[in-house]
Amino acid sequence: MIYSYDGSYQGLLTAVFTAFEYKEYNVKLALDSELQGALFDQIKHISSDSTKSNRVYQGLYKILPQNKAMDFWRAFLSEDPEIRQTIFELIIKSFKNDISILQNYGDERVLRFHQALRKVNRERHRMKAFVRFQKDNNGMYVSIVEPDFNVLPLIISFFKNRYADQPWLIYDNKRQYGILYDLHTVTEVTITKEQSKALQHPGQHIEVDATDSLYTKLWQSYFKSTNIEARKNLKLHLQHVPKRYWKYLPEKLDKD
Amino acid sequence: MERLEEKLKILADAAKYDVSCSSSGSKRKNTGGIGDASYSGICHTYTEDGRCVSLLKILLTNHCIYDCAFCVSRRSNDIQRAAFTVEEVVQLTMNFYRRNYIEGLFLSSGIFKNADYTMERLLRIAKKLRTEERYNGYIHLKTIPGASEELIQQAGLYVDRMSINLELPTDAGLKLVAPEKDHDSVRKPLAFVNDKLKQYKNEKKSLKHIPSFVPAGQSTQMVIGATPENDYEIMQVADDFYTNYNLKRVYYSGYIPIANTDSLLPQIGTKPPLVRENRLYQTDWLMRFYGFKIHEILNPEFQNLDLEIDPKLSWALRHPHLFPIDINTADYWTIIRIPGVGRQSAMKIIQARKFGKLREYQLKKMGIAYNRARHFMICADSLITLGDIKMDNVRRHILQGTLHNQSSVTQLSLF
Repeated sequence: MIYSYDGSYQGLLTAVFTAFEYKEYNVKLALDSELQGALFDQIKHISSDSTKSNRVYQGLYKILPQNKAMDFWRAFLSEDPEIRQTIFELIIKSFKNDISILQNYGDERVLRFHQALRKVNRERHRMKAFVRFQKDNNGMYVSIVEPDFNVLPLIISFFKNRYADQPWLIYDNKRQYGILYDLHTVTEVTITKEQSKALQHPGQHIEVDATDSLYTKLWQSYFKSTNIEARKNLKLHLQHVPKRYWKYLPEKLDKD
Repeated sequence: MERLEEKLKILADAAKYDVSCSSSGSKRKNTGGIGDASYSGICHTYTEDGRCVSLLKILLTNHCIYDCAFCVSRRSNDIQRAAFTVEEVVQLTMNFYRRNYIEGLFLSSGIFKNADYTMERLLRIAKKLRTEERYNGYIHLKTIPGASEELIQQAGLYVDRMSINLELPTDAGLKLVAPEKDHDSVRKPLAFVNDKLKQYKNEKKSLKHIPSFVPAGQSTQMVIGATPENDYEIMQVADDFYTNYNLKRVYYSGYIPIANTDSLLPQIGTKPPLVRENRLYQTDWLMRFYGFKIHEILNPEFQNLDLEIDPKLSWALRHPHLFPIDINTADYWTIIRIPGVGRQSAMKIIQARKFGKLREYQLKKMGIAYNRARHFMICADSLITLGDIKMDNVRRHILQGTLHNQSSVTQLSLF
């Protein structure tokens, strides 16, 4: 049996609901977009349903501690199709047998799940570290990032708690949306194609505050001065700060 | 502003030999201002030497009344001198923090005029950040040896971590290169802060509104390889300080030769002992997290760590009678003694074996260093080797595995 759905987490939870409703546990998930026009009678189309997904969501919170229940969603943010299938199967298993299934590290699916979770958590941690704000001339602190996984939802509370007294925007240029804090709440924002193109070259297009370039420069020279030449270890450096992150890190953009 | 950049260059350069950059251990919350502490710490970037940059690490000034041979800022050294104003440090910290460059401030200083004068200025900066800027990010402050207890106690109420460096592992070593200093002047303030820490903690149990006092604890640093102490001596000192002063961390800093006229010290061009430094940290970890006692790893018969292999492997090779360990029955503290198995993997093994006996193919996928570990453990389907394990063979095997690309493998004799 194939379930086709829209690729959202809500859709996946709806699929779990449907699986229990029809007692269909041997299911392959596929995206609507992959199966367009395909004519198989083995395909069931799942349309995301907030009531159904909510019941599954609440159910998970009943059988698992909050943090563990959230892990399914965190792993889902890895955007890996194989992991979506694994999550689907593990949620069903958790409901059917035993919640401790997630500790069975001898099982390959469980290992894969934890690996995905680890990757997402690492990216989330990286974003806490690698977000660099520029202050624009309206006093807004703006940052552009391109995380490997869709982790912005996971860093909202961190930035909201920490930078509570300054308005900020963190924009995911890969997924074309951002999170905006206005001193009260955080909202999701999208911007036009032109605006987002402009963001490819930060610094040139954000109207920065007069003192901003001074502090960028001070940071760049601090970064250089705190390095110990005699201990140079570029391999380790690259391992911690992979090149793909450099274009938004001022300390790695310094040319002189 | 040109001048500010100049100062930053000089005073960051002078502070960089302090290796601690940890921003962990504090739970300070944002109380209506800006900033909070991340309990596990965050490294915001890494320098080209591969070291974490978490804090803005600077000296308030590199003027110093002392003349310690191992220190760049010693008074007889002909270098550029500079000093920040209190306001400059506050502005740098706030502006870096607001841009998410750093987790906080690590502030140290050369001693100018006298200890109290210096400590008083450090304290003023911490106080200003907390009260005027309403800043709740991380602050690591150096305790200035010889400063009055009153100033030290006050500072403790504003900062997250305090530290004083031992500089050299033993008093004898210190006397050689810094005759004006001694370890007692380090022990005294460390003990004072430790006592206060306990006192505040106790009071916190009964009273709600006791302020937190140095919530991330204290640390210290020793320079390695400048003076002739062996690894056993060094780790004995570390063990003493962990046990008697409840330090959160002891840092080991491989000596990097600087221009000096002291013939006792390694001269410029000598490579810093990076491998040795790494082995000392590994030993430190084994003592703090793996339940090893110092004498298991280092003792009068074995005074220096093996540079070719890590200390856990080295210990295991010296104790063949304790292996192999059956991972399906052994407890956690025994499993983490297997070379190549870390704490996380050990937890996974303990949890996973409840679902059935673990086999080799499962262990291979659990994230352990299987090629090292396999010599020391048995799984449900492992072939039983009769007789003792030949540890010389194991060592050769592992070294070949890790060094197979290098031509300079020292072959060990097969007797």
